[in-house]
Amino acid sequence: MTEVVITGFGAITPLGDDAASTWQALLDGRSGIHRIETEWAKDLPVQIAGPVETDLSPWIPRVEARRMDRVSQLALVAAREAWSDAGFGLGEQNQTDPERLGVSVGTGIGGLVTTLEAWDVQQAKGIRRVSPFTVPMLMANAPAAHVGLLIRAKAGVHAPVSACASSNEAIALGANMLRLGEADIAVVGGSEAVIHAMPIAAFAQMQALSRRNDEPERASRPWDVDRDGFVIGEGAVMMVIETLESAQARGAKIYGTLAGSGISADSHDLVQPEPSGSGQLSAMIKAMRHSGLQPSDIKHINAHGTSTPQGDITEAKSIRTALGDAVDETIVTSTKSMTGHLLGAAGALETFATVMALKERVVPPTINLDNPEPDLGINIAANTTRELPDGPLAALNNSFGFGGHNVAIAVTNQHITD
Amino acid sequence: MATTEEIRAQLADIVNDVAGVDQADVQLEKNFVDDLDVDSLSMVEIIYACEEAFGVSIPDEDAKDLKSVGDAVSYIERAQA
Repeated sequence: MTEVVITGFGAITPLGDDAASTWQALLDGRSGIHRIETEWAKDLPVQIAGPVETDLSPWIPRVEARRMDRVSQLALVAAREAWSDAGFGLGEQNQTDPERLGVSVGTGIGGLVTTLEAWDVQQAKGIRRVSPFTVPMLMANAPAAHVGLLIRAKAGVHAPVSACASSNEAIALGANMLRLGEADIAVVGGSEAVIHAMPIAAFAQMQALSRRNDEPERASRPWDVDRDGFVIGEGAVMMVIETLESAQARGAKIYGTLAGSGISADSHDLVQPEPSGSGQLSAMIKAMRHSGLQPSDIKHINAHGTSTPQGDITEAKSIRTALGDAVDETIVTSTKSMTGHLLGAAGALETFATVMALKERVVPPTINLDNPEPDLGINIAANTTRELPDGPLAALNNSFGFGGHNVAIAVTNQHITD
Repeated sequence: MATTEEIRAQLADIVNDVAGVDQADVQLEKNFVDDLDVDSLSMVEIIYACEEAFGVSIPDEDAKDLKSVGDAVSYIERAQA
């Protein structure tokens, strides 16, 4: 099988405006969750979120910004960083072959805020004031299409939508493009930007969100007995992936190997996970099988771990079953305790964290785990970083989405340079 | 009544806002598409912004004939008269 390696990272997240600062904040156990101080939040039952606080105007010129939803702006900022980190140029400096270049970038929701604002304008000012750019701004494939235009990708630009599994699915599909010989290099990842009164109200109505408004930094607390829901975050994370052959031929630095992926569907309920965790289990088993890994190879799992009462329990159970006796040797974490839940960008952010954890041999903490749920049976990096052993390492990153989508990504520390 | 220059200057602000064209380049003889590189969707937005800014109505069948900055300024002048 064609080996797929990671040669570039870019990130703009609640924890930092690039990949390095985001990774450092994860190691420091810093929370990116804040109280929303804007006027529109004051009547909401949920007034906390994980925003990207960076001003995007240095990256996205004013005229472009008027024609691009924030979800695409964030995607472009992260993609530029990843592309440059991999050693590639843009425009005249872009030496890649467009026909061998792919994109797979997911979002859970797309340009929802554009949709809402266009409707506000239409109601207030009439049909003729609706921007002719509304459709290309709101469509869920816009982030992927913008990234494709940026790097001039012609081998195929994909935009999977599977709620909170979207960007893990994007990574899986992008890696498969390379394995199928459809491309040599791809930019894969995810983006989300829905910190707005309506989606917060809608998720709150589902009883999905934490209401710990007075302690924002402590609101996202996976596996803690006092957890009461997830916290919405925003941001984008992108990575450049390429065939091992392509990366080695140009002497690129390599962060790690995308060894395989497992995709499954619960086919149980539109919103609730199948309670035995069988769909999640199936995704993890398929990911190990696809990458030729045994449970005893898996030294780390970056869990979906959203901090919802039922979801965290179900995932602990499915991890125990997937790993069997090897579960005690596997360090599990949920970085959502710090970033909140980036929905369609969560898988990309957490695959990034998983690859870095293997590369640096250190697992970021799950913060706020003051009183773990009893009898979880998984080995969590509670409140402090944990070292990984010497030698070969493999890890899984789980993402599960409304609709019953389960995607596990398997990574290893093979082929890392320096 | 606004003068021709006042209308041109205000239109230049709109074109700058929508399409990022330097205000000084928005002169009467300039063609929106060929000279100023304004694409068709931006042109739609410019027309609607003009309707609001100048308090005039520019039906779609007239808007398609407004090829140059001068065409647009003349149209607005006539509509305001």
